[in-house]
Amino acid sequence: MIRFENVSVSYDDAAPPVIRGVDLTVPEGELVLLVGPSGVGKSTLLGTVSGLVPHFTGGTLRGRVTVDGRDTRTHKPRELADLVGTVGQDPLAHFVTDTVEDELAYGMESLGLAPDVMRRRVEETLDLLGLAELRDRPIATLSGGQQQRVAIGSVLTPHPKVLVLDEPTSALDPAAAEEVLAVLQRLVHDLGTTVLLAEHRLERVVQYADQVILLPGAGEAPRMGAPADIMAASPVHPPVVALGRLAGWTPLPLSVRDARRRATDLRTRLADAEPGAVPHPAPSRNRGSAPDPAPQTPERLTASGTPQDPARPAFEDRGSGGGAHSFGKGRVGEKLARLLGRRRPEPPSAEATGTGTGTTEATPTAVATVTALGVRRARVEALRRVALTVSPGETIALMGRNGAGKSTLLAALVGMIEPTSGTVTVGGRTPHRTRPRDMVREVGLVPQEPRDLLYADTVAAECAAADSDAGAEPGACRALVADLLPGIQDDTHPRDLSEGQRLALALAIVLTGRPPLLLLDEPTRGLDYAAKSRLVGVVRELAARGHAIVLATHDVELAAELAHRVVILADGEVVADGPTAEVVVSSPAFAPQTAKILAPQKWLTVTQVRDALGGTTA
Amino acid sequence: MTSMTLRAPQAGRSNALHAGAWWLWALGLAAAASRTTNPLLLGMLVGVAGYVVAARRTDAPWARSYGAFVKLGLLVIGIRLVFSTFLGSPIPGTHTLFTLPEVPLPGWAQGVRIGGRVTAEQLVFALYDGAKLATLLICVGAANALANPARLLKSLPGALYEAGVAVVVAMTFAPNMVADVVRLRTARRLRGRPTGGVGAVLQIGLPVLEGALERSVAVAASMDARGYGRTARVPPSVRHTTTALTLGGLLGVCAGSYGLLAAEGAAYGLPVMAGGLVAALAGLRLGGRRSVRTRYRPDAWGVRAWLVAGSGAAVAALMIWAATADPEALHPGVIPLVAPEFPLWPAASVLIGLLPAFVAPAPPVVKETPQ
Repeated sequence: MIRFENVSVSYDDAAPPVIRGVDLTVPEGELVLLVGPSGVGKSTLLGTVSGLVPHFTGGTLRGRVTVDGRDTRTHKPRELADLVGTVGQDPLAHFVTDTVEDELAYGMESLGLAPDVMRRRVEETLDLLGLAELRDRPIATLSGGQQQRVAIGSVLTPHPKVLVLDEPTSALDPAAAEEVLAVLQRLVHDLGTTVLLAEHRLERVVQYADQVILLPGAGEAPRMGAPADIMAASPVHPPVVALGRLAGWTPLPLSVRDARRRATDLRTRLADAEPGAVPHPAPSRNRGSAPDPAPQTPERLTASGTPQDPARPAFEDRGSGGGAHSFGKGRVGEKLARLLGRRRPEPPSAEATGTGTGTTEATPTAVATVTALGVRRARVEALRRVALTVSPGETIALMGRNGAGKSTLLAALVGMIEPTSGTVTVGGRTPHRTRPRDMVREVGLVPQEPRDLLYADTVAAECAAADSDAGAEPGACRALVADLLPGIQDDTHPRDLSEGQRLALALAIVLTGRPPLLLLDEPTRGLDYAAKSRLVGVVRELAARGHAIVLATHDVELAAELAHRVVILADGEVVADGPTAEVVVSSPAFAPQTAKILAPQKWLTVTQVRDALGGTTA
Repeated sequence: MTSMTLRAPQAGRSNALHAGAWWLWALGLAAAASRTTNPLLLGMLVGVAGYVVAARRTDAPWARSYGAFVKLGLLVIGIRLVFSTFLGSPIPGTHTLFTLPEVPLPGWAQGVRIGGRVTAEQLVFALYDGAKLATLLICVGAANALANPARLLKSLPGALYEAGVAVVVAMTFAPNMVADVVRLRTARRLRGRPTGGVGAVLQIGLPVLEGALERSVAVAASMDARGYGRTARVPPSVRHTTTALTLGGLLGVCAGSYGLLAAEGAAYGLPVMAGGLVAALAGLRLGGRRSVRTRYRPDAWGVRAWLVAGSGAAVAALMIWAATADPEALHPGVIPLVAPEFPLWPAASVLIGLLPAFVAPAPPVVKETPQ
């Protein structure tokens, strides 16, 4: 259906081509997944199919791309519109009209289909994608998953033979992603549509793929093959594949179901091991150190780089503090603490615990406290009676579907939103009444789009501005950048950075104020596995230094890697709040793949399993 | 039973009133307002427009524009009064309310006055005049609130379609840009900078424009990939005819309107203009052949649309007739200062404008979520 004949694309005559030596055929009626690290030209390759590369983007295309016999060199995108449907990463940038029904009809109107045909196809598509209820709704009022489905529907109505999708699920919550993928599968199975899609979140899509095209690196020739074969050697792979490789399963399982069938053996091998015995930050704090609870001295914290204000009353004398800590070892203790309506005993940072020489026996006071928080926007109650306590050194994952109130809660914590009821206290201050200049030293938020934080032309200028904004000594931000993003030049324009690098720069800017509380909103959107694992390393390091971290995320794998505690929001209310393993393992939507495969055992990440196996065999 | 069948149906896509009907109705009310300065009649017109808006507007974003237009109208009245107070008025009056200190002006500025005597007559005159303008604005606001602008543009002839798309895209851009501004302002707060002030505007402005540019490129790519701008092959003779008709027609319209405005050309003005208009419309129609587009569920112009548009036209016609038949009642005098009388028949004719509140399809009832 799609033939690439020795295709290479270069945007700049001097620069090396973005993609090179692409010579493959995508057969009709298959779902083909395009994988590879960031910046290897996945979007460019997709663009050549719709003709947007090079007709719209410019650049030079060598070789030949034919779609159903039509050569993209001689056919402009608009002349391929009846053959190829394209949906980009951001559905909002795709919409031309304002309501769902008009959007579905737009493509057909451009092609000049007869009114009765249009009417019939719109009705069919509304049913196919489950959009019938939303037909008159303005697109701007839809949720992310609904918008993505409308975007797919809008290119489906002209009945294209080929559907090209660029990261269709990366901005969606797990449930909405399932919706979209179910639709794609239906198209492939029932209508015989050829689907070519690029996606970073392989754990979501790889099991649906008939074939996988791997772009191993920039300018390297792609490899195409059966998913299991490609995944066996791919540098990017989902946890299920990592687990399969670790356990030596062949052929590699690609879905949780396949893996579970083979995992009986692994489960028995792991039965005696404790997931807690791995360097996952959450259990590590309650293990062993419990009898010597939290002698956290301000001096020690400052020395280890924690921006804790020594003048602030950092300790709170709680009668049960020590007790809860010693209970905290086993599940009984955690359960008891929950039954008593208490948060987990505030975990001291790992370093502080290890070198405890202090005299006070107490738990450090919470970095942020939210009680009975309600936020109302016009008639919509975005949050209702939300309570949350964040302790130093703790990493909390806020999860829940799109629009559940995660971002609103983060906004309330930095003072961007005034609570309608209840209170928010961060570092002893009320965020929305505090001057921004003072607030940056208490709490830092990296927004969903890190670019929003960047104004200057160069990294150096950005850092200088961050220093003066936060009142830090000159060079503080640059040092952080060097730490988080080694090898970046001073005169680089922030626009030229990759998604991951931009996130690191924004993180460095936010950390310049040395806030004890760090908030991350959807940090892994658009990151590949390598950038994600760097982020995981950075966040763990920060948590170990005593920063409290709250991240709002859809990425269950990230939450499993990082979070000590998971808070699930639904319709603006907290519906679950507890240690990651307990909240996540039982949930069908929020469980990471490893947990699904090894349930009922409470393994969350492949790293945990690897360490446990390493321990038993050694 | 009959009362049930006579009631207006719930509005849906199929029976939605043509956007043009709402505009004709509102322009009819506005034309009526332009013929009178009687505050009682103007008040009735505003009341009629307001009632229909309240009865038939939807939850759509543009439906909220009515309130903005009412405020704009009040502002116009206020400005008119302030100007009249400070700059004086040619209306002679005897009821002096107060006297402002007058600014002495040189001889060449004769006729201009700043400050001085303020009379009740001049203020009342300014009030009537301002109220007329405010009513016109409020009528336009009513049309804005009731008619879906995107649908109105969809009713344009095929040749103008591309211009219509540009406007629709621009309209969806405005809210996006507002959202960008809000996002970037909050991002400034995250960096510890104040969110207001000139510095903030300058610093936010560039990224907002950048974002708008990027989005427009993305939308352009999406439109291109979805077949926007596909054209049908048209024989050259038709193309040339189209050009000739459109250009000639527009020239005719220009010449005709000049003739109408100039005193000596009134005789040939009207026919030239009419001829030009016909030629231009024919050109547009012929030009539409190049476009292969079809229309998905265009708004139908049905009986209800006739009734709505007709009610506006009737109000306008009756008021124009009343203005010639009974000019005193429609233009209450300010010298001597008298209370405006209430002309019964013109007032009754204004009430015809309420018809849409009963015949237009009712917007669906939005269920309130229980708190």
